[in-house]
Amino acid sequence: METSRDSPGGGSNISFCGFANDLKAVSCKAVLYSEFPLMKLIAASDSSLLIVFGDVMSPALHARVMSLFFALRRRNDPRIRNLHPAYASLLIDFDPLRLTHDELSSLVQQLAPAQDASALDRPANIVTIPVCYDVEFGPDLLEVARHAGLSPEEVVRLHSSPTYLVSFLGFSPGFAYLGGLPEALHTLRLATPRPLVASGSVGIAGSQTGIYPSDSPGGWRLIGRTPWRMFDPQAASPTRLQPGDSVKFSPIDRVTFDALQRGAEAQLR
Amino acid sequence: MTIRVVKPGLFTTIQDLGRYGYAHLGISSGGAADSLSFRIANRLVGNDDNTPALEMTLLGATLEFEETAIVAITGAHCECKVSTPLHGANGRGGDAGPAQLPANTACELPARTVLECGSMSRGARCYLAIQGGFETPLVMGSASTFVTGHFGGFQGRNLQKGDILRVRQQSSLRRRALRPGALEWLRAPQALRVTKGPQQEWFAPEAFEQLLSTAYVVSEHSDRRGVRLNGAALRPPTRSELLTEGVPLGAIQVPQDGQPIILLVDQQTTGGYPKIANVIAADLHRVGQLRPRDEVRFVEVSMPEAVQALAEQEHWLEDIFDS
Repeated sequence: METSRDSPGGGSNISFCGFANDLKAVSCKAVLYSEFPLMKLIAASDSSLLIVFGDVMSPALHARVMSLFFALRRRNDPRIRNLHPAYASLLIDFDPLRLTHDELSSLVQQLAPAQDASALDRPANIVTIPVCYDVEFGPDLLEVARHAGLSPEEVVRLHSSPTYLVSFLGFSPGFAYLGGLPEALHTLRLATPRPLVASGSVGIAGSQTGIYPSDSPGGWRLIGRTPWRMFDPQAASPTRLQPGDSVKFSPIDRVTFDALQRGAEAQLR
Repeated sequence: MTIRVVKPGLFTTIQDLGRYGYAHLGISSGGAADSLSFRIANRLVGNDDNTPALEMTLLGATLEFEETAIVAITGAHCECKVSTPLHGANGRGGDAGPAQLPANTACELPARTVLECGSMSRGARCYLAIQGGFETPLVMGSASTFVTGHFGGFQGRNLQKGDILRVRQQSSLRRRALRPGALEWLRAPQALRVTKGPQQEWFAPEAFEQLLSTAYVVSEHSDRRGVRLNGAALRPPTRSELLTEGVPLGAIQVPQDGQPIILLVDQQTTGGYPKIANVIAADLHRVGQLRPRDEVRFVEVSMPEAVQALAEQEHWLEDIFDS
């Protein structure tokens, strides 16, 4: 069940829209709950409150999402059931018999970050992920290189040079949307998604890159694969990546890939 | 004590009331699609609300009980036949064939009973609770099966022929009974109550009116992730695309083809389609009972009315048991 147009499962590329700076221009009183400088609070359902900081992908907006997300996580309030951070918004799912939209709005105002907030009130977690960029694992590597006017080696060098930021996890358990892909590598997703993408596959779509944590259909361009298991439901920390983490890719050859994969499998036994 | 799966039915899984606190890792709450019927089944046999039980879909399972067990079936109407070694198993036990298992009633089944749950009507899902509950390792704090992610419940999948389910035996629990007719209103058709969705204003003003005046038909392509509806297409917003954001349970999202989708328990945690409305928490159990080709209508309520309806439902649930 596809629920997102930019999800790794298929659909079209997301387009960027300008965020209305004029926050006063809001017409729908019935939907909008309340409005503050730099954020909108929307009662998305009787059991949830959506905090919207903006409607573009931007590191500054994302830092504010993370700041509020971690502040709420630290409170560990049993009335709050789930937090869904995204690029520029945070959905808070709560028990409506124990908490009201009003009470939660007050709490959010208390905790909401100032304009210059950074998410660095938490130790930066940098995860270096080994990736084998062999064509066997990256069937779209040559096409991405052709599209970018680069050699495959340059694509690998470019893809493995930046430090990416985990914007959020969604689409499937453990799927991290990574922001910070070099512009030269921005590539449209496949016109027809593959019915099956192997777990560990590293893909790119538009301005994003990500790793498929489990076998699933997928429309992102595949350029490599990690031997790491990105999602383990039995583990104390079920996903390798968490919102707000920093990620680097480290290119490995096929021999190293096989050795690491054997190691990962041995760990499971 | 164990139960052997003789026939798995169409899609039978172990569920509880869900897995919370992991949405930021892309993991939805899951749990019983009709949590109200699920809780009633557990209460009938004396279990806690969150005790693991079976969710059966459209066509029920056939199960053989190794030992005596106390069970209750709730949810969709389902013909359930019991054959015991004493009567009916071979057609010559002196009785007129297998007996019917009454719904919404805690019943004691003797050892070696075969319980055959047939096809369902008036609803899509039946719940079979057993006193003590199914013994299932918890994954992220929950026994719910998430089939898409291959984890939880029985080996992360729907039941197959020959599976052996373990039951936790707890003889200290006390059965309960419902007041006669207490559940009659549950399966009566009723418009789903909705509140406005976060992008309702993105749609043309007529679109919300159209949502409320259209009789939709449930598509075959519906499952625990979402219920797809067919009807007069809603015109998607002219405004540019939505940046992916978190999506609440019961959200009614409108993709480009204009056919709404109601997100159900195994939903994705984020999405990029605009959401025109949201089914209220008190009516989510009805969404979990929608069958392909059922007709669906929507009616708008205010946010305070939605919360009030949920509070009333909780009071009702405390009130329907005789003992």
